[in-house]
Amino acid sequence: MEIKAIGCEPLQLKRMHIENGHTLDVYRQTGGYESLKKALDMTSDQIIDEVKASALRGRGGAGFPTGMKWSFVPRDSPKPKYIVCNADESEPGTFKDRYLLERDPHALIEGMLIGAFALGVETCYIYYRGEYKYLIEIMDRAIEEARQANLVGKNILGSDFNCEFYTHTGAGAYICGEETALLSSLEGFRGHPRMKPPFPAVEGLYACPTVVNNVETLTSVPQIIEMGGKVWQELGTEKSGGTKLWSVSGHVKKPGVYELPMGYHDMEKFILEDCGGMLRDDKKLKACIPGGSSVYAMRADQIIGKDVTLDYEGLVEAGSMVGSGGFIVIDETVDMVDSTKNLTEFYKHESCGWCTPCREGTDWLVKIFDRIWAGGGRPEDAQLILDLCDNIEGKSFCPLGDAAAWAIQGAVKRFPEDFKKHLLQNGNGAGTSGS
Amino acid sequence: MATVATDYTNKVKVTDEVAEFPESVVEEMRSHLTKYPKDRSRSALIPLLFVIQRERGYIDNPGVNYLAQFLNLEVTDIWETATFYSMFNMHPVGKYHIQMCKTLSCKIMGEPELTDHICSKLGIKAGETTEDGKFTVTRVECLGSCGTAPMMQIGFDYHENLTKEKLDQIIEECE
Repeated sequence: MEIKAIGCEPLQLKRMHIENGHTLDVYRQTGGYESLKKALDMTSDQIIDEVKASALRGRGGAGFPTGMKWSFVPRDSPKPKYIVCNADESEPGTFKDRYLLERDPHALIEGMLIGAFALGVETCYIYYRGEYKYLIEIMDRAIEEARQANLVGKNILGSDFNCEFYTHTGAGAYICGEETALLSSLEGFRGHPRMKPPFPAVEGLYACPTVVNNVETLTSVPQIIEMGGKVWQELGTEKSGGTKLWSVSGHVKKPGVYELPMGYHDMEKFILEDCGGMLRDDKKLKACIPGGSSVYAMRADQIIGKDVTLDYEGLVEAGSMVGSGGFIVIDETVDMVDSTKNLTEFYKHESCGWCTPCREGTDWLVKIFDRIWAGGGRPEDAQLILDLCDNIEGKSFCPLGDAAAWAIQGAVKRFPEDFKKHLLQNGNGAGTSGS
Repeated sequence: MATVATDYTNKVKVTDEVAEFPESVVEEMRSHLTKYPKDRSRSALIPLLFVIQRERGYIDNPGVNYLAQFLNLEVTDIWETATFYSMFNMHPVGKYHIQMCKTLSCKIMGEPELTDHICSKLGIKAGETTEDGKFTVTRVECLGSCGTAPMMQIGFDYHENLTKEKLDQIIEECE
């Protein structure tokens, strides 16, 4: 698997290939914790303004501007405030945070410390997905190293800034990547999302002001403070600042984690050259889901020769979304009915059951796909699936429902020929047995 | 007969029995409480359920009763949280819990064939445990290792870039 930057200096991936890059010594030798020192001499407003100027947008999937999220935290709240790092990386096709957590834990600690200082936060939690439990030891060791070096705890680097760090795990639930569900889970409850407003910035963890940010979002912060928000932004485009990590999986020769400047040109070159091209030379590109499974899949003809730039605007224009940046590359051997059936099973399994459209809708989608796959496809099924999706999208309590609807609508609308094969006559569809 | 590991419809036998743990384990449980505000000890519930599962093999009724007392919660509060999360087993699983990632990237890179292979090798179906209680195979959703698909997790260990040969070797090495 490849881990490298293309078209820019590695920032996020700076320490990926350095021996012992996860230790405090190496982190400091490579410029680590200098941004924190710089931040401690800045005011809260100055730090938030730099983050705003960077045009950094949340890297977990929603793409909300980070500086703005931070500015929503009330300054004068008498309650304690929290920063919670969302390391519940579970979007299918996404695995970038895992490498940051494994190989550069101090970058996350430093990013959280800068945020904590700016927002008056004294307690930080890092919420790992349960399956990443094996990574926690690395982070606990890094926190302990930082504590020994007076970077965590009381009077950090001789200032009057105090900040504690704790790691916490979930136990297997995709929904806990949704920030309010994550907070429910961190409080020891089922991972059900909460009504917004109030937003976590006002009432989050323990009903106190809370910022929830993705790992990659927070590890960007030291770079932004180091080089200045404007300079960092200019690495990318006006509205999509900086660089971004893309997780690439599926039918390419070189899957991996790639760091690209925002606005990278173009998607075709990225898949067919940078990622080594198609896994099997005689099999053509059929589809790519660029933002983790929860976005519209793109047909090859929406990518090849279409000059699609890789940033928030470019992918929307091309008919999809950045999401979490999880590229799933699919070749012509894959039947999109089969791949979509796989995703319906995922969303059904991961629906938390809280609201009816998502719980019942995803269940019915699985039933319909099972019937089609068993050979019972009917001509009207494509429309039935779209109607079902329409009854989930925008009508569910949290974005999981939308995510499920988009993944499935995208496939039905853009790969009608695959669906047609299965939906010929009543009960005479070309179903295939097997998984 | 192979036993089914993930059948939530089996009623859990209700008992008032409370599990007992050695002092070192109790100490470990207490250490989890220090991470959260004093009046928010319920936050430690998920980490504590992992301890129960490790010590008892699965989330059993006496273990849950213990946690209810330990956290001063109702027994139903513990079940409510425990049953939500897929990593908590409500029934015993094999010594080696083989979790095959079945989501899209792993699927298109060959997970179905690998699962068939391992199941026929062990003589069980996905979701079942071998008679000797050594292996359980389950198919699980995305484990966040798509770049090294197909992959699986045994216990907490990731095994990536799997092939049939590699799978065979890993199984041979399980004692």
